[in-house]
Amino acid sequence: MSLLSIHDLVAEFDSPSGIARAVDGVSFDAQPGEIFGIVGESGCGKSATCRAILRLFGGAPARIAGGRILLDGVGDLAALHERQLAQVRGRDVAFIFQDPLTALNPTMKIGRQITEVIRRHQTITRAKARAAALQLLRDVHVTSPERRLDSYPHELSGGLRQRVVIAMALALRPRLIIADEPTTALDVTVQDQILRLLKERRDRLGTSIILITHDLGVVSQICDRMAVMYAGRVVETGPVREVLDSPSHPYTQALLAALPGQVGREQALTPIEGAPPSLISPPPGCRFAPRCKLAQPDCVIGPPPPLHARDGVSSGHVDACILNEVAYGPA
Amino acid sequence: MFLAILKRLLMLVPVLIGITLISFLLLQIMPGDPASRAMGSRASAEDLQAMRELWGLDKPIWVQYFYFLRDCVTGSFGVSIFHKQPIITLVADRLPYTLAIVLYSTVIALVIALPFAILAAANRGRFLDVAIRQIFVVLIALPPFWLCYVLILWLALNLGMFPTGGVGTGFFANLYRLFLPSLVVGLSTAALIQQSLRAALIDAMKADYVDTARAKGLRGYEVFLRHILPNSLISTISIIGVRVSWIIGGTVVVEKIFSVPGLGSLLIDSIVSRDLPVIRGLTVFFAVMVVTVNLIADICYALADPRIRLE
Repeated sequence: MSLLSIHDLVAEFDSPSGIARAVDGVSFDAQPGEIFGIVGESGCGKSATCRAILRLFGGAPARIAGGRILLDGVGDLAALHERQLAQVRGRDVAFIFQDPLTALNPTMKIGRQITEVIRRHQTITRAKARAAALQLLRDVHVTSPERRLDSYPHELSGGLRQRVVIAMALALRPRLIIADEPTTALDVTVQDQILRLLKERRDRLGTSIILITHDLGVVSQICDRMAVMYAGRVVETGPVREVLDSPSHPYTQALLAALPGQVGREQALTPIEGAPPSLISPPPGCRFAPRCKLAQPDCVIGPPPPLHARDGVSSGHVDACILNEVAYGPA
Repeated sequence: MFLAILKRLLMLVPVLIGITLISFLLLQIMPGDPASRAMGSRASAEDLQAMRELWGLDKPIWVQYFYFLRDCVTGSFGVSIFHKQPIITLVADRLPYTLAIVLYSTVIALVIALPFAILAAANRGRFLDVAIRQIFVVLIALPPFWLCYVLILWLALNLGMFPTGGVGTGFFANLYRLFLPSLVVGLSTAALIQQSLRAALIDAMKADYVDTARAKGLRGYEVFLRHILPNSLISTISIIGVRVSWIIGGTVVVEKIFSVPGLGSLLIDSIVSRDLPVIRGLTVFFAVMVVTVNLIADICYALADPRIRLE
C-alpha cells in the first residue's frame, strides 16, 4: 500500500500570456519509509508538483486542474476543502522549503515558530510546547538550542536555519516530508549534513521523504526510487540504481551525459541543445522530441506518450519514450 | 538602545543650529517692517524708532541672531512683538490642539486605511481593489481646504452633526469638536497608508515564510495575523512617521478654517502681523518636532523589526 499515490495530476498557473500547465498528467507513488527523488531542470514542474500536493502555491494564481492525490488513511488531498487540508498540513505531511533564509518569518522568534505548529495540532501548554521545541532542535543537532529558541532567524547561519525549518517539519512526526531542494541554497559541507539528517530521520522513524532536486548526485546518495521530469511530465521513473545506471529515456540519457564528473569518465560534457518548450502551448507528442537526437517522425504526433514498463519486467522501471515502446512492446 | 537614542539627540545640535540660521536669514529677506505693523500706520517716526530699539531691530543682523540663539537656548524662543509674551508660553497654550489633530487624524487614518488595505490586498487585481484604489487616489488629490468646506457645508451646516469650528474644554468635547478637522487631515493620510500597506501586504503574501506558515497547517486568519500583517506593518511605520511630521506643519490651513487655536493658526497670524520672533520661534519649534517624530518612528521601527538596530 503506497503512502502517497498521485494519479494524472494537473496543475495550472495563470500567467499574463496564458494558462501554463506546469504539471501535466504526473503520476507516481511514494512507499512508506522510502526516499523518493524527483529530478529535472528548472521549470520542469517538479517543484509545482510537490507544492500541488499541499496546495501551497506561494500566493501565485495556481490551481489543481485534475488528477488525484491519494494519501493513505486520509483520502484524496485534491478533493479536500482548504480547511480540511490545513489539518493534514504539518501533521501528516510536512514541507521543507528551498531557501532557509526566506522560509522563516523574520519578525518571529525561532521558538515561537516551532511551537506554533505543535500548538496548532495538539492541545498542549506553552511550557510543554517549548520543551518539545527544545528537544526538536536537539534532534536536528542545533548547538546551544536553549539560546536559539529566543533568537530571531537573522541571527542564525543558513545551515542552522535549515535545521530549524527541518525541526518544524519533524515536529509532529509526519508520515511524509516533502523537501523542495532543501540543500540548494546551502554550501556543500552543510548540504551533506542536512541530507544525512533527513536520511537519519527516515532510518529511525520510517518517515517517507519526497526529495526534489536538480542534483543527480544527491539522488544517487540518498534516494531509493526516483522520477525524472521534463516540461511538466514524468519521462522516466524507477529504482535509482536502475535509472542512473541504465537510463532508458533519451532525456535522462542526455541529462546524465551533461553531468560533470560522471564517475571518472574522461569525456567532454555534452550539453542538451535547445531550450525546454513553452508550457502554455506545448508541442504535440513527446515534449522532448524537438531537442531529442533520436527523434522520429512519430515522436511529434498525438498526445504525449504515457509511461510504460520496460521489457515486461516488474522492477517498476518505466519510461515515456515511444522508441522503447517499439523495442519492448506496449505496456 | 538608550545610548543610541542619546547619540541621536546629540546629533540634533548641529541640525538645530542650521535651522536657526536659515529661519533667521530667510525672515530678514521678508519685506515689511514689524515696528510699523505693531504700532499702526499713524505712529510717529520717534515712536517707531523707540519700538525698533526696544525690540533690538536696530542692531546689526549678527547681534540680532545671537539674541535669537540666546532666547532659544534659555527656552523662551524669544518674545512676541504682538502678544508681548514669551513664545514658549504661546506655544504651550496652542500645542495641545495641534498635537490633538496630529494624533486624532493618524488614528482616524489607521482606522480607515487598515480594513481597506486588507480588502484591496485580498482582492488584488479584481474590481474591488481597483475601485478602492481609485477612491483613495481621489482622496489624495482633493485639496484639503476644499474638503474642509464640503464637510462644513454638509455635515455641520446641512445635517448639523458637528460644529463648524472652534474647540471645547475637556477630552470628550474636543474629541467631538476636533473630529472634522482631524478627518480632513486623516483622509489623505489614510490614502497614503492604504496604498503603501496594500503593496506591503501583497509582497508579504508572496513571501516564503507565509508558505511555511501555511505548511504548518495554520488557519488563514492565523497566517494573516501572525505572519503577513506584522511584516507588512513594518514598512508602513516609516510612511506614518514621514506623514506625521508633515502634518505638524500641514495643519495650518485646516486649523485656520476650523478656527482651532493651534500652532498653525498662530503661525498664520504671526506672518500677517510680521511678528518675526514668533515666526522664527515656531520654525525652530516645528523643526524640533519633526526631528523628534522621526526619532520616535525610528525607535518604533527598531522595536517592530528585530533585524533593525538603532545606530
